[in-house]
Amino acid sequence: MPNLAFDIAHLLAGSLVLVSFMMLYQDRLPALINVFALHAILLSASVAWQANIQNEPYLNITALIALGFKGVIIPVSLRRMIVRLGIHREIETVVGIGVTMLAGIALVALSMVVMLRVTAEAAPLAREDLAFALSVLLLGLLMMVTRRNAVGQVLGFMSLENGLILAATGAKGMPLVVEISVAFSILIAFIVIGIFLFRIRERFDTVDVTVLDRFRGEQP
Amino acid sequence: MNAIDPLLFVLAIPAGAAALLAALPGYRLSSSINVIASFLTLSAALSLFIVPREITDYFLVDDLNIVFIVLNTFVGFTTSVFSATYIAHELEIGRLTSTYLRFYHAMYQIMMFGMNLALVANNIGLMWVAIELATLATILMVGIYRTHEALEAAWKYFILGSVGIAFALFGTILVYMAAQPVVGEGLQGMVWTVLIQRVAEFDPALLNVAFIFLLLGYGTKVGLAPLHAWLPDAHAEGPTPVSAVLSGLLLNVALYAVLRFKMLLAANVAAIAPGPLMVTMGLVSLVFAAFMLYRRRDIKRLFAYSSIEHMGIIVFAFGMGGPLANFAGLLQMTMHSLAKSAIFFTVGHIAQVKGTQKIVEINGLTGTHPVLGWALVLGVVAIAGMPPLGIFMSEFLVVSSTFSRAPLLALPLILGLLVAFGALLLRLNGLAFGEPTGSKAPVQASYLPMFGHLALVFVAGFYLPPALVAWFQHVASILG
Repeated sequence: MPNLAFDIAHLLAGSLVLVSFMMLYQDRLPALINVFALHAILLSASVAWQANIQNEPYLNITALIALGFKGVIIPVSLRRMIVRLGIHREIETVVGIGVTMLAGIALVALSMVVMLRVTAEAAPLAREDLAFALSVLLLGLLMMVTRRNAVGQVLGFMSLENGLILAATGAKGMPLVVEISVAFSILIAFIVIGIFLFRIRERFDTVDVTVLDRFRGEQP
Repeated sequence: MNAIDPLLFVLAIPAGAAALLAALPGYRLSSSINVIASFLTLSAALSLFIVPREITDYFLVDDLNIVFIVLNTFVGFTTSVFSATYIAHELEIGRLTSTYLRFYHAMYQIMMFGMNLALVANNIGLMWVAIELATLATILMVGIYRTHEALEAAWKYFILGSVGIAFALFGTILVYMAAQPVVGEGLQGMVWTVLIQRVAEFDPALLNVAFIFLLLGYGTKVGLAPLHAWLPDAHAEGPTPVSAVLSGLLLNVALYAVLRFKMLLAANVAAIAPGPLMVTMGLVSLVFAAFMLYRRRDIKRLFAYSSIEHMGIIVFAFGMGGPLANFAGLLQMTMHSLAKSAIFFTVGHIAQVKGTQKIVEINGLTGTHPVLGWALVLGVVAIAGMPPLGIFMSEFLVVSSTFSRAPLLALPLILGLLVAFGALLLRLNGLAFGEPTGSKAPVQASYLPMFGHLALVFVAGFYLPPALVAWFQHVASILG
């Protein structure tokens, strides 16, 4: 049975990377939010499975937070927010989808090469988890770079944090303080974002970051 | 931890004050409470010197971080004094409302709490949480004016800061992964004092990758090029007390985190040497920021770039390592915190009295406002590194130790220093002298924090107390 446990953990972490790719090519906000919800649900399944095989029941709390908060509450409220702001239109990505996907593949290859090489002595489960986690992290970063829209950037940031949680749960016996803090920081981060989006909406009638760029302080 | 441990007070006073200030209306009372709380925190920090130290799994006080804690709480206290008069003016001209001030004061204390927690943390996870907390508090404070520029600055800071903080967490997880086979699972794998004892047995490859992530992550917070883009915006658009605290304190706290991990890496002989990486990033930041100084049109941005320049020098010095360079780095850091926050205090009053931050619209300050004008002259002369002030001494030490150990590196270092020196004096000439322009209205300000800092920087140029020198030398030897 230990092989099955390993395979399932592998499958879940691998799907997380795949869903990260799916987020890269979504060009409409509602669809992007749905894919993010799927990302969070997969993360929660992955964390719950880790809790099971590592025999660390407290990890279930992290799984529950991922499921409830990032899988349900945030997608629902973001959806309501974009309806209220009236931005169902297409996302303007900075570079084309083809280029983005190629860059994504390159980043995943990079993280595999780096992480698998340096973790040669670690347990196989932990090292593959870490390689996947770094892939998710870098794909989240890529998504933040390729989106001009503030909501898109925030979703990219949250998928990046999902990668961090995957890494933290993959490291066996990592102290609880980190998991709670990660979950908590996401909560705070979201409040921050909410406030900012609200203010941006109030002041600019748009959440397109390129419009913000026009107000740079140093124009003569 | 016993009941009267001052460490507890260093953390509990800001936390308690934050809760109290969030609940209290009325800015007069709040700003006094802010000052009193900051003063009490400073006293608690000073008493850390005399009480016996205790190392727990979460907290640590040693000779290194006590320097940072005292500097942190001291500048925190003087900034709160400055903030009280600054805020009164902002309220008068209607840039802030009393609701926002309530929020502002609470955030100020939360930020102090976060920074103090990061400095006393013995657990690398806790340190990360604390730095994130302080960052979030400053993001909210930067955006408090809610103008276009302030929102853009806060958004940029948020995005870049979060990416940095995410990298730092990934690096922290990797350090734990490296520690786990040696130290075992659980809390011990994140306790810094345990890590430093056992680090020689860790897997060097994993530590290398971890340090790259940590340097990039916390380096974003230090403001190292090319990850500095948030820094000038955040300094220019937030309230001036926040600029002073950002430059004087938050950058130091992030630097402290980098130093702790540098010590870990240095203790593992098989891992890469952290020094050259830091030297490179420091030099790039220094030279880049020095040239960028020439094109500034906004007075607060000018000094924000000067902060990048100085953080570059400091990271360079710590990257060089060795007793002399570390000593110079520590001294430079202390002097920069004091001088830069004094400059921001001055600039805050200048911007309020002139009603603008544009350099071209501010001229002849020594004619219209002699006190502010000469304070600015003194501050800029200090920060540019002119003898005989404190920063000249520390920069001289950096340069001379570089000459003795790696003469080639001294060339870009001196180039950067001279270019920055020229830019600052050029701007100062326009700001302080010449035909006065703009408002001649008298300034209502408390000069105490400003001159207090400048006096310390001035005295340090001539005389450093032997006890302080001995202490810094000791810390420099710990840093290795």
